Amino acid sequence: MSPKTLYDKIWDAHVAHEAEDGTCLLYIDRHLVHEVTSPQAFEGLRMSGRKVHAPDKTIAVPDHNVPTTLDRAKGIENEESRIQVDALDKNAREFGVHYYPVSDVRQGIVHIVGPEQGWTLPGMTVVCGDSHTATHGAFGALAHGIGTSEVEHVLATQTLIQKKSKNMKVEITGKLNPGVTAKDITLAVIGETGTAGGTGYVIEYCGEAIRDLSMEGRMTVCNMAIEGGARAGLIAPDETTYAYVKGRPHAPKGAQWEAALNWWKTLFTDPDAKFDKVVTLRAEDIQPVVTWGTSPEDVLPITGTVPFPEDFKGGKIEAAKRAIEYMGLTPGQKLTDIEIDTVFIGSCTNGRIEDLRAVADVVKGKKIKDGMRAMIVPGSGLVRAQAEEEGLEEIFKEAGFEWRLAGCSMCLAMNPDQLSEGERCAATSNRNFEGRQGYKGRTHLVSPAMAAAAALTGKLTDIRDLI
Amino acid sequence: MEKFQKLTGIAAPMPLVNIDTDMIIPKVFLKSIQRTGFGKNLFDEMRYNRDGSEVADFVLNKPQYRNAEILVAGDNFGCGSSREHAPRAIADFGIKCVVSTSFADIFFNNCFKNGILPIVLPQEQVDLLMADAEKGENARMTVDLEAQEITTSDGVVIAFDVDAFKKTCLLEGLDDIGKTLQKEASILSYEGKMAQERPWV
Ligand code: SF4
Repeated sequence: MSPKTLYDKIWDAHVAHEAEDGTCLLYIDRHLVHEVTSPQAFEGLRMSGRKVHAPDKTIAVPDHNVPTTLDRAKGIENEESRIQVDALDKNAREFGVHYYPVSDVRQGIVHIVGPEQGWTLPGMTVVCGDSHTATHGAFGALAHGIGTSEVEHVLATQTLIQKKSKNMKVEITGKLNPGVTAKDITLAVIGETGTAGGTGYVIEYCGEAIRDLSMEGRMTVCNMAIEGGARAGLIAPDETTYAYVKGRPHAPKGAQWEAALNWWKTLFTDPDAKFDKVVTLRAEDIQPVVTWGTSPEDVLPITGTVPFPEDFKGGKIEAAKRAIEYMGLTPGQKLTDIEIDTVFIGSCTNGRIEDLRAVADVVKGKKIKDGMRAMIVPGSGLVRAQAEEEGLEEIFKEAGFEWRLAGCSMCLAMNPDQLSEGERCAATSNRNFEGRQGYKGRTHLVSPAMAAAAALTGKLTDIRDLI
Repeated sequence: MEKFQKLTGIAAPMPLVNIDTDMIIPKVFLKSIQRTGFGKNLFDEMRYNRDGSEVADFVLNKPQYRNAEILVAGDNFGCGSSREHAPRAIADFGIKCVVSTSFADIFFNNCFKNGILPIVLPQEQVDLLMADAEKGENARMTVDLEAQEITTSDGVVIAFDVDAFKKTCLLEGLDDIGKTLQKEASILSYEGKMAQERPWV
């Protein structure tokens, strides 16, 4: 048999039907559903008298629109948001899928809830009407976002009509330096490949620095595969993966666990398998990074300066000009001189317990800068509970952070958590697009530790100066 | 999706060129969580005054065209966005076939997904159909998809082309999901196999 990549193996294991032209029906093991992209899909089922094919493989949770303020039990003010959440409520119950309503402590961002509950397992296919589904690739699952009509297709058939992508390998050799995190790896990769570098590919991340990451760090890396243009990112499962999965509510148990483990251990790229594209970075070369512009590829080490548009080539010159203007920066300005109004810690990129611990490590016993608006939004109700149990909540509150309930919050600002015009934010989320966090809001993407450092000093700050 | 086989009905003339998706259904109607009910807002800005009253001389408000099932339209129909709300609004109103000299690409494909047959014809034939449609409710045209022919109220027969695969889907009333469900046996057998091989999933 010819050698296969990890992606090849998972793909082959899920083809339910192949047409002559190579178009496949890919079987979907887990379908995650949230309130924004699903209402019309459920409506479509209703109109055509169809059922959800596999309700036991379908998991619904509201996250994008939900308020994260402590008083959210009183309901959602914005009418459209409320209608979407109510519709999910009704659809989840009517079609009988697994459901974590707003009132459930397990509610949270769909990409955090899936792994946390053990729904996401190695070797699975996972889809969701949301581009950051790539997160689940950290388990060695083939996971990607889909559109609303595909959501309906998966609901009705438990399959997707797909053509295979190409294979790309991103290898991070060596060991990370202190202060450098999974977020810096994933941003550095996008800085290297550009936001279109992964288009048409499924990325497999490998190398010593990836192996050394915890599951949570791996999720951070895969989460942003989409920002690099790839539909999905993958990391081969190993002992770290198994240890994370074991004992989770929906993970296999007993004899099934043994059987699963046997299969999972075959999920790696064969030694001579062919990749269509290879990118290699040395972990030692990666520094704590920030984004200066309005595309995730606008990445620089924190020690750098705002670039001059002329430093770029072609269409990027105009784009850089526009970005610098939008961001209210001056070329040549030191990144560490950029003053910050707001810090947002959360999202499916960095809203897990280890992210919060990293923040606590930096801010413990300290106070955030006067006038700073700083918000911590745990990725799920369970992350929140865990943080409270570990005493992190106290540390955050004493330092001056707002301690919120779980949801997407200011990652996309669909709920009231938004930046105002010109407000500048250091954010642990994944997109710094124009207007992403609020009309004319300015976003700098950073790691949780760097966000915490910025909250203390009021500027973009090199975390290495604080450790 | 409803099957489209043979249709005899009233054709409404809309000679305007470049009718875009925002004219077909303005953006403000897209926030709904529903897929249906857009028919009443089809061509909203052309069809209603600010105060909600009807624009009397808009074609679909005229008594003879209120039940139109065919639209004969000007060049480049459906340009603009890829949203499926536009064809859905058309279908929801009750129009099942649109004839023009050309359509915007994405809209053209979206029509098939929503049970609408878009037909492209040369200018002189569209002119002839437009003139026939102008005659009002006594002028019923027949669109026969199987035979790929339109017959005017005067008995003139016009042949048209249609992609074979798309034709089958319309004739059988199959959307993507319908097509996939035709392979349900493969899906079920895959599931059967997996229940043995990977029961933990
Ligand atoms: S946290 Fe942000 S990126 Fe993640 S699912 Fe929510 S909106 Fe999307």
